[in-house]
Amino acid sequence: MFARLPGWVRQHLAALRILLVFTVVVGVAYPLAILAVAQLPGLNDRADGSFVTGADGRRVGSSLIGQSFTDDAGRPIARYFQSRPSAAGDGYDPTSTSASNLGPEDVVDAFDDPATQGTDESRQSLLTQVCARSQAVGTLDGVDGRRPYCTSSGVGAVLAVHHAGPGYDGRVTRVVSVNELCPARPFLATYAGVPVSCRSLTDDIAAGQRVLIRGDAPAHPAVPADAVTASASGLDPQISTAYADLQVNRVARARGLSADRVAALVRDHTTGRSLGILGEPVVNVLGLNRALDALTPARR
Amino acid sequence: MSTSVAGVLAVALLVAALWVTYRPFGDHLYRVFTTERHLRVERAIYRLTGVNPDAGQRWGVYARSVLAFSLVSVLLLYLLQRIQGHLPLNLGFDAVGPALAWNTAVSFTTNTDWQAYSGEATMGHLVQMTGLAVQNFASAAVGIAVAVAVVRGFARRRSPVASGRPGRPGRPGGPGRPGGAEGQGAGSRDDLVGTGDEIGNFWVDLTRTVVRILLPVCVLAAIVLIAGGAIQNLHGNRVVSTLAGGHQAITGGPVASQEAIKDFGTNGGGFYNVNSAHPFENPTSWTNLVEIYLLLAIGFSLPRTFGRMVGDRRQGLAIVAVMAVLALGSFAVNAAFQTAHHGTVPVAVGAATEGTETRFGVPDSALFASGTTLTSTGSVNSFHDSYTSLGGATLLFNMMLGEVAPGGTGSGLYGMLVLAVVTVFVAGLMIGRTPEYLGKKIGSREIKFASLYFLTSPAIALLGTGIAMGLPGERAGMLNSGPHGLSEVLYAFTSAANNNGSAFAGITVNTTWYNTALGLAMLFGRLLPMLFVLGMAGSLARQHPVPVTAGTLPTHRPQFAGMLGAIAVIIVALTFFPALALGPLAEGIHR
Repeated sequence: MFARLPGWVRQHLAALRILLVFTVVVGVAYPLAILAVAQLPGLNDRADGSFVTGADGRRVGSSLIGQSFTDDAGRPIARYFQSRPSAAGDGYDPTSTSASNLGPEDVVDAFDDPATQGTDESRQSLLTQVCARSQAVGTLDGVDGRRPYCTSSGVGAVLAVHHAGPGYDGRVTRVVSVNELCPARPFLATYAGVPVSCRSLTDDIAAGQRVLIRGDAPAHPAVPADAVTASASGLDPQISTAYADLQVNRVARARGLSADRVAALVRDHTTGRSLGILGEPVVNVLGLNRALDALTPARR
Repeated sequence: MSTSVAGVLAVALLVAALWVTYRPFGDHLYRVFTTERHLRVERAIYRLTGVNPDAGQRWGVYARSVLAFSLVSVLLLYLLQRIQGHLPLNLGFDAVGPALAWNTAVSFTTNTDWQAYSGEATMGHLVQMTGLAVQNFASAAVGIAVAVAVVRGFARRRSPVASGRPGRPGRPGGPGRPGGAEGQGAGSRDDLVGTGDEIGNFWVDLTRTVVRILLPVCVLAAIVLIAGGAIQNLHGNRVVSTLAGGHQAITGGPVASQEAIKDFGTNGGGFYNVNSAHPFENPTSWTNLVEIYLLLAIGFSLPRTFGRMVGDRRQGLAIVAVMAVLALGSFAVNAAFQTAHHGTVPVAVGAATEGTETRFGVPDSALFASGTTLTSTGSVNSFHDSYTSLGGATLLFNMMLGEVAPGGTGSGLYGMLVLAVVTVFVAGLMIGRTPEYLGKKIGSREIKFASLYFLTSPAIALLGTGIAMGLPGERAGMLNSGPHGLSEVLYAFTSAANNNGSAFAGITVNTTWYNTALGLAMLFGRLLPMLFVLGMAGSLARQHPVPVTAGTLPTHRPQFAGMLGAIAVIIVALTFFPALALGPLAEGIHR
């Protein structure tokens, strides 16, 4: 019917028509067909979102989507196993999924400059976030929260070392602990014989050589890696077995249960590697906390 | 079992799965593209669209069809996003802004699937299903179609009596065969059939790819993913009261159907912002391996198809061997850097777990990251911005390689064939003979096309990065400062120019400048190489094959395969080394 049209017009018309056919076939029929198959028993709960219910039969979440177990002020609730740090919205927000996207050498904090009113320039570096989380978990669960490159106050142990000569050469003239804003007392008294000063907002720390202080923290910290790092999705429903084991005593105490009882529940909610070789063994936090609530209901 | 042992066994399982399907799947693809029979549903599609499926197209017509289809695709996808506010199932989301809609339309049409938006906060279900997912199918099919057309250029025996190597079929049949039926389908009349240098019919290749390859596998894969926990519903957000007394909005969507083609078509555009890290897209460690398999399956099977189409399976084996060695080498390096967790924060943490999911662990995350950057997928199950500096550098390197190991659906194969042409040319210079590949002379016309092909994406990536770094506003878009900030910008343009779509996601790219610039980078990075490689195929299709002599360089032996791999790596090293040195290497090599 379009035979009289010039070739290039016919070509674009054919393109449009084939695209519209594809839209109907793979854009509508295909997903709806999969949707129909997904109604089969065994698949329908999963296709719906793997919802789980509480004691009263109401939905309390999805077994695949992690939750925060914190109070209104963001403090961890001792009677619950805690999830990983999350960068999704204010934490575990499925409408705003995200990772931190901070790089491995992100070690310098930015502080709010009171001179610029109405804006907040402050941002914790990834290193300081890791240090602060480690210390918080250590305090909560009663273990040593120290980590390499972290100060005892829970920030990144980073110095800006200024030299007399160019190219980081010559005598050291001034040393600033870049993540400790004045009037904080620096984590280190002296470096290369020069007293370490706290950071003031006027310091040009970029001009100094960046020096990281390893400190005397153990190479294998007591607080596991997943407890101090944000997940990829911000919705990670699981924690490592190490992090679950670390929390057993605290949760048992808060609930008046024996540690053995809680440890047994942890094992019940542990999933090994798929086929024995894929991924890592993990503990589902929501499932575990639901089981705990069923055992010792929360007093509301 | 230790983490590393489990990681090695996971790779072994993946390699075994790809090895088992190499022959049957490659042979299936061969039959799809060489048979002369049309399925009933395909005939119906040709009738509806006014295409004559038995007409062959010369390279010019084939290329114009690709361009026409791409243009119409961009326009329709742009339109869908712009009228989203009036569409059903829009979840209350309004129209997507013009710059972002342009960027996304180009991104999905070019098989890049770069996402400057967050899925759960921007796109309603209808745009996802009928816009983005349709292009996931279509763009993958376009890549495969072009690759098959290029192979036909090598395989085409112009004279009726083939004088090629013994054991070769005279000529592959199928669409576009010489002396086919009258008419040009949607083509123009000056390219009428019968000259013998047709390289297929784009509309037939496109339709067959969707109907016989992508759709059946995706139906199966989507159901498997649902069994693992991926969702498939049309719900909006459903709010639950959490155990701790808060509220959580659980998102819905037709995720599994889109997830299947996202991986299988090496697209990579996630339903949600966090892509394959989202538990609704990739719920378990075994769905993770299924997804990695899907994104590698077509790329690693096409060499078999190629070998059969040119009538010498060993040629396909040589190509797949080079792909496999490059891929395994790259993965090993990446996994080593990630496991050794060199760098300040990884040492402080004790592992490179920032931006990874617990259920996948570090080795399987590295495996996905390597798979997604070695192909043109760009979906992620962990966040590359937080990888160790040198681990992140290997991912950049994978894309800079031009994504040929095994590369995107189709684009990986034609990319590797261009490199093979360059390799025989270099080898020809060394031994002082006229280079030839698969019985076709590689003359100045072919080399010009090949050179233009592999200069395109580096030029776009490096120029784009340079311009962005020269503009103060764009520099401010980096989340990280110093060398890591440069890596973010370099990664963005490399990803766009090579149609990958993954990101060092810290960079703020949803600005008019980045949306426009990266959109152009994706468009030129996709279409220009396609035109060059089709031009080369057209030129090859016209040639009479030259007989094999004692002086012919065999292109199926380890010697040639080794040289091909070396050429691929050296070209990348020479082109991108300065940029890599200023970015990830400067960051990662110290103390």
